[in-house]
Formats: sequence, C-alpha cells, structure tokens
Amino acid sequence: MHTADEFNPNRRRLLVAAAGGVGVVGAAFVAVPFLKSWQPSERAQAAGAPVEVDISKVEPGSMLTVEWRGKPVWLVNRTEKMLEALPTVEDDLRDPNSEMDQQPPYAQNMYRSRRPEMLVMVGICTHLGCSPTYRPEFAPADLGPDWKGGFFCPCHGSRFDLAGRVYQGVPAPTNMVVPPYMFVDDTRVLVGNDEEAA
Amino acid sequence: MATTQQNNGGLIGWIDARFPFSKMMREHMSEYYAPKNFNIWYYFGVFSLVVLVNQILTGIWLTMYYKPSAAEAFASVEYIMRDVEWGWLLRYMHSTGASAFFIVVYLHMFRALLYGSYKKPRELIWIIGMLIFLTLMAEAFFGYLLPWGQMSYWGAQVIISLFGAIPFVGEDLALWIRGDFVVSDATLNRFFSLHVIALPLALAGLVVAHILALHEVGSNNPDGVEIKANKDENGIPRDGIAFHPYYTVKDAAGIMVFLFFFAAVVFYLPEMGGYFLEHANFIAANPLQTPEHIAPVWYFTPFYAILRAVPDKLGGVVAMGGSIVLLFLLPWLDRSPVRSIRYRGPYYKIALTLFVIAFLILGVLGALPPSPGRTTLARLCSLIYFAFFIAMPFYTKIDRDKPVPERVTMRKSKLFAMLSPPKHHKHGDDQQTGGSGQEGELSWTLKK
Repeated sequence: MHTADEFNPNRRRLLVAAAGGVGVVGAAFVAVPFLKSWQPSERAQAAGAPVEVDISKVEPGSMLTVEWRGKPVWLVNRTEKMLEALPTVEDDLRDPNSEMDQQPPYAQNMYRSRRPEMLVMVGICTHLGCSPTYRPEFAPADLGPDWKGGFFCPCHGSRFDLAGRVYQGVPAPTNMVVPPYMFVDDTRVLVGNDEEAA
Repeated sequence: MATTQQNNGGLIGWIDARFPFSKMMREHMSEYYAPKNFNIWYYFGVFSLVVLVNQILTGIWLTMYYKPSAAEAFASVEYIMRDVEWGWLLRYMHSTGASAFFIVVYLHMFRALLYGSYKKPRELIWIIGMLIFLTLMAEAFFGYLLPWGQMSYWGAQVIISLFGAIPFVGEDLALWIRGDFVVSDATLNRFFSLHVIALPLALAGLVVAHILALHEVGSNNPDGVEIKANKDENGIPRDGIAFHPYYTVKDAAGIMVFLFFFAAVVFYLPEMGGYFLEHANFIAANPLQTPEHIAPVWYFTPFYAILRAVPDKLGGVVAMGGSIVLLFLLPWLDRSPVRSIRYRGPYYKIALTLFVIAFLILGVLGALPPSPGRTTLARLCSLIYFAFFIAMPFYTKIDRDKPVPERVTMRKSKLFAMLSPPKHHKHGDDQQTGGSGQEGELSWTLKK
C-alpha cells in the first residue's frame, strides 16, 4: 500500500503525459475517417469520367460548351483572323508563353491547343471560379478599342485572349486551364483523357 | 447575502437540494449587478439573443419541409413559400433574422469600440464574442447555399475558391471542402449538416461562455468606470442595479420596439430590395452559367471589398483574413488608459470616425460591380481600415485623454429630459447625484 508520503510527482507527471499522449494519438486516428469522408466519393469520381464531343458542327468562330466534371468545357473553332491576333497582344499578357502549369505539355504553345484552330479549355475564371463570357468581336464599345477577341469575366473584370491567356492588371492570376484531351478522329474530341492516361 | 437556499420547502426547495436553480437565478439575474447608466447601445446584446432564438425556432420548422438535395432543394423552398401553411412567414422570419442578426451584432461590436468594452479585464469576453461573430459568418455562409439559387451556388463557388489560393494545399483543400470537383449535391448536404447541427451547437455554447465571462467580470458601461471599485457595506456596487427585475423589464420594452421593426421588414420588405434576398437567387442554380454580377449578401460586403481591393489572389485572401484577425487583437492594440469615448482624446475619436466611414463605404463597394474608380476608393478605405488597427498602439498612447470620474454619470437624452417633469432640476448636477441613489426614479431600485 502507498501512503500519501510516497506520492511521487514525477511519476504522476509521466503517467499523465503518457496517458494524454496515447489519448491524442487515438483521437488523431479516430479523426481520419471523419476527415476522409469529406473527400469526393467513388460516385463523384466516376462522374468525373471523360466526355466525348462531336466537333463537326462547330462553325469557324463559334463556341460549343460541354460539361465535364460539372464544369463547363469550351470548344472554340478559331478563325484565321482570330489566330493572327494572338501574337499581337502578347506584350499585354501576364504569361504569354504559358510557363505556368495550367495546361498539358501538348498545349504549351501560342495557341494553347493541339490543333491551332480548335481551342479546348475549362470555362472557369482562374480568379474565383466564375464562368467568363465569350467575346470574339474586335474592339466592342464596352471592352475598348484594343480588344482583339477573348473572354471577359463579368464577376471581377478579368480578361483573357482567345487562347485563354490572362491579361496584365486583372484579378485572375493565371491563364485558364486546358484540360487533358485527345482527338479520337477528325471530328471527335475526348475531353478529360489523353494518350498518357489512356 | 444569502449563500444557502432560501426556499426550504415546496418544489423550488426540492429542486434546490438537487440542482443549483435558485443559486443560478441569483448569480445571473436577481443578484447580478449591472451598471445603472446603460444607454440605448446596451440593448443590442439582448436583441442578438432574441434573434438567435428566432433563428433556432424558425430553423427547426424550416428543416421539417426543406430537402437538402441538389435536385430538390430549390423546389422545396418554393414549396415552403407556396404550399406549406404559413411557410412563407417561417422562411421570411428566418431570412430576415439572418440580416437582423448581423445588424444587431455589428452595432453590439460598435458599442464595444465606443466604450472600450474589450479592454482589460474583458479581453476574453471580446475574444469569445469574436468567435461568435466568426461562427455566425460561417453559419450565414452555409445557410445561404441551401436555397440552391444562382447566387447560393456561385457565391459558394467563389468563397470556396478562396481556399484554392493557399499555396501547395489550396486546390486539394477546396476539393475536400466541396467533396466534388464542383459545388454539388455533396457540398449542399454537408453544408446543411453544418448549418443545422454543428454551428448552432457551437453558437449556443459560445453564447453561454460569452455571458458567463461577462458575469464573472461584470458589465462595462458608457463611462467605462469599474463599478466594482465602489461597493456598499453589503458588497453591492453602489452604481449597480440588479439585472432582474430592472434590466429584464427595460430589455423587454426594448425588445418590443425591436420586434416592431423586425415585423415591419418581415411583412413589408422581406427581400429588402435585393439586399436581404438577392434577386439572382430566385433562379435555380445553374453550374454552367455565372450570373452577370456576383455579390455576397450585404453583411459580407465590407470584407469582400477588401478582398477585391488587392490585385493579387493570395494577397486578397490574406488581407481579408487579416481584417478579421486584427479585430481579435483589439484589446492589446489599444494602449489608452481610458475606456469610454466620453473621456478619450481627439485622436481616437477621429480614428474611430474614419474607421466607421471606411467600413461603410467598403460595404457599399462590395455590393457593386468593380470599376477602376471604385477599386481605387476600395483601396483607400482598406488602407484606413488597416491603419485604424495598426496605428492604434501609437495614437492611443499619445492621445490627450480626459480625466475619468470616480463614479458613473447619469446622462439624460434630450428626448427624455423633455418628457420628464421639471422636478429633476432641483437635483442639480447629475454627475454628482448620479451615484448616490438619491434620484427619484432610482432610489427605490437600490433599497432592498
């Protein structure tokens, strides 16, 4: 039997620290399922499967919007005039050569696409996730005489050119995202998958 | 002072032998002595309690009819509005209550700035209060997604994207919060759970802690004088009156006035011209189309304007977070020995005026679409907002504060003086008679 005289504060501290430590570790393990359950479920991940798009009906200059992983994906068939405008705005862009990792390697070029005319891009502003408006016209009244076609975000005024490259002096920090995609044949595009993943 | 139970018999006596009922009532009501010089600013604490009860009650009932699923949420809200008996009233009471909550809480916080209620020894009351404010913002944000309208959806999208600005982990964190690649059914479900269970529980606990901390140190007052420093022979502050019945009755009268305005909004202006319920939210959420202009509900707009004022994404998020964190530090930033604005020098008065003006302008700008001129103004106002806090240790230290009286003073508003009979004049200077308990309407409150 221990008496009060034999009370050992050091041993007591060690026991409290050890029991407390084990308790914290146990609580951390228990927290895992609670926190992990917030991750996208199997079903949500399955719904993120690739989408096949027929582009044969997309006229030059027009845009088709499809849904992939719940986000709008734009397929723009750019005209010669539009493509010629791309190098002329480069001085006003933040990242004209697409050096930031916002696209697969095969889209890291002036057109930010696999085929120059066909732009495939996630239609979400890189600022706060709004969906910008397609403004292909040149020098409209509201966007100014220097506007050479592009995308304008009505939320916070971010501007992108017709390759989704962000202009300087706007809130959006980076170029818009090009998703992984591949041409299945001449008229069909598979959005959300490419040779690397296939 | 009674220390053991006074009622030995009856039901109360039976309960008191098993649960400290009478003891608690005494400690927090009939023997909690609050300064007798509370003015109109001291109503907003109890108003926020009234709104909290309103939100919980109407919220429980709305949960009976609402369906937290992306496919059914919008329609179920319309069902509440059109088909459920009195459902429109329950919903408007809840939606108006959300805005009313922020109105009274902002005024309650401003009261603390006026009278230095955050200063020692009330730092913890202020910090718990700030946690209530944060919880309230989260509660409002989660609740706003539930109707699943366009503004619900895109507002949530914008705010969750803010987490994406955090370096390295940001994108994964945003994905974890959404539970999907976009705001979706999974997001709605978890926000519903947090809105109806987790945060109300946290809110209730924090409110209890706020009041316990307040009753431990005692209430501040418009003079910023510590009433506990001057007690009578029974240990009761000479400038204090029992919370019950004096302030319970006074609060009840105030609550009636508050409910008058509240009901006027519920019945005649529930949308408040698109500020309490935004127009775009009457369209069901469409993930493929952003509304023309995304603006948060009015109570978030000052902080949203600060976010937008910074041209860099991460910088904007840091500035917005910083604007809230600085509020927590207020008790330590203020170096003035004086609490109340009545005895502060000119620097604090000017700083507080500028701060309030900047905050209001930011609130207006945050609701408007950006333009170069507005962005410049928002930057200027953000600068004032931050300068108020960052420069506070300096200007409060060198301020020319006035001497603080020993006892609280009784100021009558001009309106009250007009309504009062002229007998008050014979009492002479209010400042002198204030604490003596001689004044007609107060003498009976102190004799007991």
